Amino acid sequence: MGLLFSMLVPLIIAGVALYGVSHRVDVYDALLQGAGGGLEILLRILPALVGLLTAVYMLRASGALELAAGALAPILNAIGIPPETVGLMLVRPISGSAALGAGAELISTYGPDSYIGRCAAVMLGSTETTFYTIAVYFGAAGIRKTRYAVPAALCADLAGFMAAAFAVRLFFPD
Amino acid sequence: MVMAFVWTGMVLISVICALITGNEEVLAAATLQGAGAAVELCISMAGILCLWMGVMEIMKRAGLAEKIARLLQPILKRLFPEFKKDKDVMSTIAANVSANLLGLGNAATPLGLDAARKMSRKTPGIAGDSLCMLVVCNTASIQLIPSTVAGVRMAAGSQTPFDILPAVWLASTISISVGICAAKLFARFWRD
Repeated sequence: MGLLFSMLVPLIIAGVALYGVSHRVDVYDALLQGAGGGLEILLRILPALVGLLTAVYMLRASGALELAAGALAPILNAIGIPPETVGLMLVRPISGSAALGAGAELISTYGPDSYIGRCAAVMLGSTETTFYTIAVYFGAAGIRKTRYAVPAALCADLAGFMAAAFAVRLFFPD
Repeated sequence: MVMAFVWTGMVLISVICALITGNEEVLAAATLQGAGAAVELCISMAGILCLWMGVMEIMKRAGLAEKIARLLQPILKRLFPEFKKDKDVMSTIAANVSANLLGLGNAATPLGLDAARKMSRKTPGIAGDSLCMLVVCNTASIQLIPSTVAGVRMAAGSQTPFDILPAVWLASTISISVGICAAKLFARFWRD
């Protein structure tokens, strides 16, 4: 199992290349074009990250994050979520870049392979920018009565945060 | 405009909080560190992100998204019973979900919006059960390979940035299952 997971990325890349070639795709040209698109994404998120990491660093240094974590600790501990991730959870449904900034700050402060660092990474990977998505979809479809979409989506977010902490404890028990 | 309030709020809270807790000097130093950290983060995750975008472009050109979309049809018919006979809407939803699975956000959103617009024709201005389900499916993350997160972990010095994959898959599955169950449950009891 361990070998399979550590070989997962090379195997995926090899498998995709083989699948592409067998479907007569110019694999190398596609790789370069996609990688170029990656640079565009980076250029787009860099300004947002500059603004938001500044704000996140300020929140951390001012002690505000600690205060919020302390205030919410009893509830969060009861449902198995590390209170340190409170800032990440608060901005996650509103802004993808803000959540990425908050997550990156946690991952570099606590270390990528720490419990908190892994929780932050899994939370980022298993939830979405809920309110933004809802606004875009209902805006495009001209919806005014959103009925139960928001509460149902927030149920999924909360479940995602709890499941992220649970999954990290399950797969990395130490 | 929402982000204007969020960002201003974050900065204001920091300043007020620092004045109360006496962390003024720590705050002053940290204020100038975030921007540099953002640039460093972008540079150190650039490689892994670009590589993965390239791999995904190969998947896209090889028609992997369409293949996944076909496999998804039976499940999706149960999630969107109102539209199961509407081939056009069902194939758009399937393409949206499969693009989300592969992490092709740029391709997934227009497809999803197209499906949402077609669904809203049945009940103009009101989100029907299927449209609520579509929104819930798109607000839960189902991306199989979260490459940006892996990039952040790598930037922070992780030797195995992808070792969180099984945990991400488990958490995503739980999250979207809860979302789908909540939507189905609300659909039965919601009065308006």
